[in-house]
Amino acid sequence: MDVLLAFTRPSLDWHALAPELTLLAFGTLITIVDIIWDERSKQAMPTLAGMGLLATLVPILTLAVDGTERSMFGGAYVVDDFSLVLKALFLISGYVVVLMSVDYIRDGDYYENEYYTLMLTSLLGMVMMSSSRDLISVFVALELLSIPAYMLAAWRKGGPRSNEAGLKYYLMGVFASAVMLYGMSLVYGLAGATSFDAIAQELGSGPSNPVAVLGILFVLIGFAFKVSAVPFHTWAPDTYEGAPTPVTAFLAVASKTAGMVALIQLVFVAFLGREDVIQPFFWVISALTMTVGNLIALRQTNIVRLLAYSGIAQGGFMLVPFAVAADAPARAIEAVVIYLAIYAFMNLGAFTVVLAVARKTRSGEIDSYGGLFRYAPGLAVAMTVFLAALAGIPPAGGWFAKFGLFRALLDAGGGWAAGLAVVVAVNTVIAFAYYARVLTQMWFQPVADGDDRPIVVTGALGAALTVTLLATMAFGVLPGLVGHFGEVSVLSALGG
Amino acid sequence: MLLNQFLILGAVLFAIGVYGVLARRNGVMVLMSIELMLNAVNINLVAFGVQHGVVSGQVFAVFVIAVAAAEVGVGLAIVLLLYRNRRSINVEDFDLMRG
Repeated sequence: MDVLLAFTRPSLDWHALAPELTLLAFGTLITIVDIIWDERSKQAMPTLAGMGLLATLVPILTLAVDGTERSMFGGAYVVDDFSLVLKALFLISGYVVVLMSVDYIRDGDYYENEYYTLMLTSLLGMVMMSSSRDLISVFVALELLSIPAYMLAAWRKGGPRSNEAGLKYYLMGVFASAVMLYGMSLVYGLAGATSFDAIAQELGSGPSNPVAVLGILFVLIGFAFKVSAVPFHTWAPDTYEGAPTPVTAFLAVASKTAGMVALIQLVFVAFLGREDVIQPFFWVISALTMTVGNLIALRQTNIVRLLAYSGIAQGGFMLVPFAVAADAPARAIEAVVIYLAIYAFMNLGAFTVVLAVARKTRSGEIDSYGGLFRYAPGLAVAMTVFLAALAGIPPAGGWFAKFGLFRALLDAGGGWAAGLAVVVAVNTVIAFAYYARVLTQMWFQPVADGDDRPIVVTGALGAALTVTLLATMAFGVLPGLVGHFGEVSVLSALGG
Repeated sequence: MLLNQFLILGAVLFAIGVYGVLARRNGVMVLMSIELMLNAVNINLVAFGVQHGVVSGQVFAVFVIAVAAAEVGVGLAIVLLLYRNRRSINVEDFDLMRG
């Protein structure tokens, strides 16, 4: 095999790898500090994890200022504006999740050091995912972000619900990655190479080939599990309910974003030429996900399950632009990236309020939100903003995300796009019904159990609320802000 | 080249694995079925790699083997945790929450 003999050491661009290395260094540092100081170091863990995430933003900023597109390992690992915008999004969401975790993990007497190490490891996988342009690197990044997440979901070792959440997430996740890998093996067999560019060249032209269709479908189905698209969503509500709430927020936001990022790269770089497969697939799956997610959300009585189903429906909205991927690629990527950025903050914010309220009420039922405005006006107003954003009511951020969807669909034009626009519009109205139910509870219902002591919001939760609230409002009032990042990220992803 | 035979072997193994995941109720058997699926992928990758005359298929297979080991480690840990708390590894017994 001449190929083996021709091996030369690939050149490493240390600047391009700096974010990953910083994150890895802090993850290792937490473990080492834990080994040396043991119990005494517990207090410092969330600080250390938060510092690690903020420190990782520094090389991302320098790379963004530098602005050159860096490609390593034969195009398998690319650092461009698209990947930088998403890396920053992952790290900021991760930081908010760390803020949410501080008191929850400390009060629950869970294993603090391991918790933050695993969270940083999972974030490392996500950061790598946004740079992966090769089947092997996508696979490794996916597993690096998933395996720690399985453990985080089962974090409450003694709690049967948490165990069950972990088991369901694990089995579905591993089954999905096996299906995805089988698809990848077929795609690799046809293309003879693992890089997305080569796959695009080999698969993009010529008549439809059943093996290619099967391979692409298997890969897409594998990721449909990851982003909990209907009919592959059955794990999500149970896992979200059973897992510790900060972990649920992490899975609902960061993990879903990572799955979407992988889909963006696969669909827009590798499979774009096979629009005969991807467009019908995403049309059906996005319409199903939105509708089923919303209809089941209407019946929920537990706030976490409600947010889980609302998250499934939001995932359906994010899948909409993929259905017009080939007709309006630039607009479609822009719409997905903008949706991801806004969704991250509004959903993390809603989970933060749920955490803060649960510290007092010890309950996740929607009934326990009765009269929240009387005894915790700040939290009630914050929750109103987040739910309004999720529903897409203008002053808060969500409307701009929905606007992006419609813009992508209109740019694509045609009957199918118009049909999907109608489905989106109908679902926006259905979604409003269940968000409004929570709002009515908070503003107009009597206080649950007559217990109207105020809620003490801890410093970390307050900081998480401030960040998410500011971001949600800023995106709503100044949509140009997030629109700019959306536009920047489009150009490089399509050019690459 | 015997590519077809390898692909058929891979497809059969994969189908057996999928059947096992869907039909078996024992947690450990489900994990083993997932291993079957992953090994079907490995056979495919190596066969395609040889057919194309490039090593990337074999490299991919090595990555799959390494990651599968890590995955099963976590899976067995979760099954063990469930056994400690519930004295059962039948995946149907875990229905405190219904999707």
